Amino acid sequence: MHSSRVIIASALIGVATLLPARAIDIQDFDLIQHGKYLADIGDCGACHTLLGSGAMLAGGRPIETPFGTLLGPNITPDPQTGIGAWTDNEFINSLTKGTGRNGTHLYPAMPYTYMTKITREDALAIRAYLNTIPAVHNPVQPNQLAFPFDVRAGLVAWDELNFRPGEFKPVAGKSPVWNRGAYVVEGLAHCGLCHTPKNAAGGDETSQRLKGYALQGWFAPDITNNKRRGIGSWSVDDIVTYLKTGHNRFSAASGPMAEAIMDSTSKFTDDDLKAIATYLKDQPVENAADEVGDLEASAMKSGSAIYADQCSACHAADGSGVDGLFPMLKGSPLVQSVDPASVLHVLLRGARSAATDPAPTAPAMPSFGRMLNDDEVAAVATYVRNAWGNRAPPVDAAAVGKTRHALEQRND
Amino acid sequence: MAKKLPAKDAVIVGLGWTGSILAHELCDAGLSVSAIERGPWRDPTAEFTPPVAQDELRFRIRHDLFLRPSQTSLTFRNNRDETALPVRTWGAFMLGNGVGGGGLHWNAETWRFLPSDFVLRSHLTQRYGAKFLPEDMTIQDWGITYDDLEPHYDRFEYLCGTSGTAGNVKGQIHDGGNPFEGPRSRPYPTPAQKQPFSHTLFANAARELGYKPFPQPSGNLSQAYTNPLGVKLGPCTYCGFCEWFACANYSKASPQTTILPVLVRKPNFEARTDCEVIRINLDNLGKRATGVTFVDTSGEEWEQPADLVLLCAFQLFNVQLLLLSGIGQPYEPRTGRGQIGRNFTHQTVSSAIGFFDKAKYNFNPFISSGSIGMCIDEFNGDNFDHGPLGFVGGGYLGQVQTNGRPMETTPVPPGTPAWGSEWKRAVRDNYLSTVYSGAGVHASWYAYRNNYLDLDPTYKDRFRRPLMRMTMDFHENELKMNAYLTDRYAEILEHMGAKQVVKQPRKGPYDITSYQTSHLCGGAIMGTTPGNSALNVYLQSWDVPNLFVQGASAFPQNAGYNPTGTVAALAYWSAAAIRSQYLKNPGPLVHA
Repeated sequence: MHSSRVIIASALIGVATLLPARAIDIQDFDLIQHGKYLADIGDCGACHTLLGSGAMLAGGRPIETPFGTLLGPNITPDPQTGIGAWTDNEFINSLTKGTGRNGTHLYPAMPYTYMTKITREDALAIRAYLNTIPAVHNPVQPNQLAFPFDVRAGLVAWDELNFRPGEFKPVAGKSPVWNRGAYVVEGLAHCGLCHTPKNAAGGDETSQRLKGYALQGWFAPDITNNKRRGIGSWSVDDIVTYLKTGHNRFSAASGPMAEAIMDSTSKFTDDDLKAIATYLKDQPVENAADEVGDLEASAMKSGSAIYADQCSACHAADGSGVDGLFPMLKGSPLVQSVDPASVLHVLLRGARSAATDPAPTAPAMPSFGRMLNDDEVAAVATYVRNAWGNRAPPVDAAAVGKTRHALEQRND
Repeated sequence: MAKKLPAKDAVIVGLGWTGSILAHELCDAGLSVSAIERGPWRDPTAEFTPPVAQDELRFRIRHDLFLRPSQTSLTFRNNRDETALPVRTWGAFMLGNGVGGGGLHWNAETWRFLPSDFVLRSHLTQRYGAKFLPEDMTIQDWGITYDDLEPHYDRFEYLCGTSGTAGNVKGQIHDGGNPFEGPRSRPYPTPAQKQPFSHTLFANAARELGYKPFPQPSGNLSQAYTNPLGVKLGPCTYCGFCEWFACANYSKASPQTTILPVLVRKPNFEARTDCEVIRINLDNLGKRATGVTFVDTSGEEWEQPADLVLLCAFQLFNVQLLLLSGIGQPYEPRTGRGQIGRNFTHQTVSSAIGFFDKAKYNFNPFISSGSIGMCIDEFNGDNFDHGPLGFVGGGYLGQVQTNGRPMETTPVPPGTPAWGSEWKRAVRDNYLSTVYSGAGVHASWYAYRNNYLDLDPTYKDRFRRPLMRMTMDFHENELKMNAYLTDRYAEILEHMGAKQVVKQPRKGPYDITSYQTSHLCGGAIMGTTPGNSALNVYLQSWDVPNLFVQGASAFPQNAGYNPTGTVAALAYWSAAAIRSQYLKNPGPLVHA
C-alpha cells in the first residue's frame, strides 16, 4: 500500500520527477507530448486561437474583460509576430510573472496570477511543445482598451494588490491527489478566472475563491462543496464524468464551460480529473442562510403553468430531467445560483451542450426569448429556482428585460 | 463544364437512413466519404424544438419538411392507355427532403418482415401451387433469407433503441409478443410503449376473438436509451406529433438522434447539403462509376469523383438516377424485359372507424405516438390459409391511432355535413370517443407486370431531365385481400363495443391524391441473376459493380409491414458485404 502511494505521488507531482536532472532536450518526444498535455490543461486556445480561423494559437481572439476587449496574442513560433524569437526566460517570465518581452507588463487577462503556480519544468515543457506547432505570421495588437485602461503603468499597482507570485507548494497534511488537484485548479487550469468573484479592480476576491462569478453573459457557478449552490451533491465520479464528457446524471455543460470541456478538460487524464474533483470537494463552503425573501404566489403559479407547457416535456414534471440528455433542474447549482444570469441566458437564448466522443449527442435547449415575455421568463425562472425543494431569490421582469437587452448586444 | 472536386473513396447520394448508415460504416472502415444531399441540413435540436415542432398547419398541412414539387416532381397514370400528368401537390405518399430524409418525418413503426416474405414465390407456389397466383403477378424471392438479415435487423433496432415486446426469441414463443415473427436473437432493447385506452380495449377485444395482440414495435422510445454509438435518446412524451413532423424531444429514432452526432465528428466524413446529384458518371465502357455530378444552389455544376458510389436517395429517385445515368436496361412492360423500373409497388392500406358512446368512452386520442398501437398478425403474409379465399398477401391489423391532432383527426359519422355548425357539433361529440386509425389495415402490395416506373416522354425537371413516370393501379388480388382484412378489422371494433363501425376498404383505381403510406418499393430490385434483378443480393449493381443501390427500391415486392426496419437491415447487410468482401477485392460480389 505504502509503495503504491509513493509511485502515484511521484507520477502526479509533475514532470520534474520524470525527467533526468540534466539539461532539458527540447526535441524530446516525451517532453513535447507532456507540454501538449499541459497546454490542453491550460486551454491556451481559449484565448490564443481565433475561432474558425484554423490558425492554431495564432492569436486574434477577442477576450472580454470588465474594462474592455483585449486580443489574444500570437504564440506560434513565428519569429516576427509570435514567440519564436523569445528566450526561455522571456517565455517563463511572461507566463508566470506577467512580465512581457522588453519589460512590458501583460494584462491579467493572461492568467499569470494562476500560471505563476506552475513549475519551471512544466513551463519549459509547454515551451517545447509550442516550438513544434506551425508558425503563423499574424501580427496582433492585443491592447484594444480605451483610456485609461490602455495605459499599462497601472498594472504594477494592480499586481501589488492582486498578484501573489510563486510556484505551487504542496500543502502538508493533504494527500498527493489533493495536492495535484490544487496544482491544476489553482494553476494551469485557472478555474478561478471564471469561477471566483472579482474585486473592483478585476482581481480575484481570494476569500471567496471558486464561489461563482458572472461573465460573458453567463454566471459561472459556485464550484465549492456547497450542497445547494455548489457541487456538494456531486460525487467525485460525477465531477469526473462531467469534465470528461460534458454531461453527467445531473447536468449538461453549455456556454463557455462547454467550450472549456470540449477543448480542455475532456482531454485530461482520469487521474487529473479525480485530483481536481478531490480538491474541489474539499473547498470551504459559504454557510449563507437559505433565506431568499418572499416569493410572489402569483409568479410561482404562472411559472408553474409555463413550466408544465413549455419545459416539462424534456425536464420532466418534477424537474428530474433525463440522465445525460436533459439537465436535472431539481437541486441544480446553476439554477439556484444567487445570480440568475445563466438561467436567464439559457431561457432567452437557448444553448447547445458539449459534444465529446463519449457523449456525442450534444442536446440543445431551445430559445424561448421570442415566445415568452419578460414577465413570463421571470415567472418560470422564479418557479424553477424554487420548485421541488430548490431555493433561490426570485427573478423580476425588470432583471429579465435588462438581461435580454444585454444578450441582444452580444455578438457571440 | 463541371468543376472537379478532390476524389473521395466513396460518395453517397442522399443522407437519410441508408445514407447515414452507409456513411458511418464506411467511415468506420477508414474510407473518406462525401454525402451529397438535395435538401437542407436539418438540426432538430435547433429547428424542431417544443413547442415549435408541434405546428400542424406548418408541417402537416403545408408540408414544410417535404420536397417542394417545384424542385422536382413526377408524373402519374393508372395504365399505359393514359397520358401521365405531373403531380403538383403530394398526396398518396410523402417525399422527404433534407438530411434525415424519411427518417426524420416517419412514425417510427419498426417492423421486421416475415421469414416467408423473403421466399415469397417459392413459398406460395409450394403451398398453393403455381396456378394459384394471378398470371401477371411478378413476385419473386429476394435471394436472401430472414436468417441472413436477422443480425442486421438486430443492429438497427439496437441503434434506434426500439421499444417492443418480443414474440419469438431464438425460437421460443413469448406471451405478449407477436407469435408469428421470425426468431430474433434477443429481446427489443427497450420495453414496449405504454398503450392508451382505446388501444388497450382493441387488444382486449382481439384477445376475446381468439387473436394474439401485441404492441407495435416503436422507434418512439418508452424510456431513455443510449445506443451502441453512445448517442442518447429520451423517453417519448406521447405528444402525437410524429409522422410529418420531426421529434422535438430526442425520443424518435432518426439519423439525427442515432448516428449523425457521431458521424459529424469523424474527420473522414463530409456532407454537402442543398446539392442535387443529377447523374452518376460512368467510364467510357459504362462498366464503372467514376463519381457523380451535382448542382449547387447557384446552379454551378460540380463533379465528385469517387471509387465507390452509394445510391441512397428515396426509392423513386434511386430509379430515376439509374435511368438518367444509363445504368441497366430500362424495364419494358410489353416484353417484360429490362430491370430498371420493374416490380414497382406501394402499400394497400385501409381502415374502419369506430364511433363509441361518448357517455361511456373517453379515449383522449391526443395521448399518442406515431408507432403506438396494439396489433394482430393473424392476417399478415401467409400466416393464414389463403386457399379458400382466392387471394394472396395480407397485413397487420391494429388500433394504431397515432394522433389526435385537431386539423387532421376529427372523424365524424357518415351523413354529417362537411362544414358549419352541424359539423362542429359532430366533431365535438365524437372527438374523444372515436377509434380512428388511419392505417388500421396495413397490407401488402405484390408486384405486377404493368405497375412500373420509366422516364416521362413529355415533362422535364429544372435541369431538363425527364421526370419519373409512375404507371400504377390496384389489382383484384389486392382489393379482395384488403376487403377481407377490413372486414376482420371491423369485427374487432364491433366487439370493442362501437355503436357504429364505418368500413373504409381500399377501392380502385389507385388514387395519387389520397394518402396511404410513403412506402414506395421496387424499381431496382435485388435478386439472384441479372435476368431477374437490377442488383445482386448485396445491393450491388449487376451492370456497374462499384455502385450499390440502397433502400426500398430493392424490394422485389412489398410486404404487409412498414418497410424501414427492412430498409435499414438491408443497408447494414450491404455495408457488411462491402466491408468484409468488396473493399478487399473490389469487383462483382456475385458472378453472373
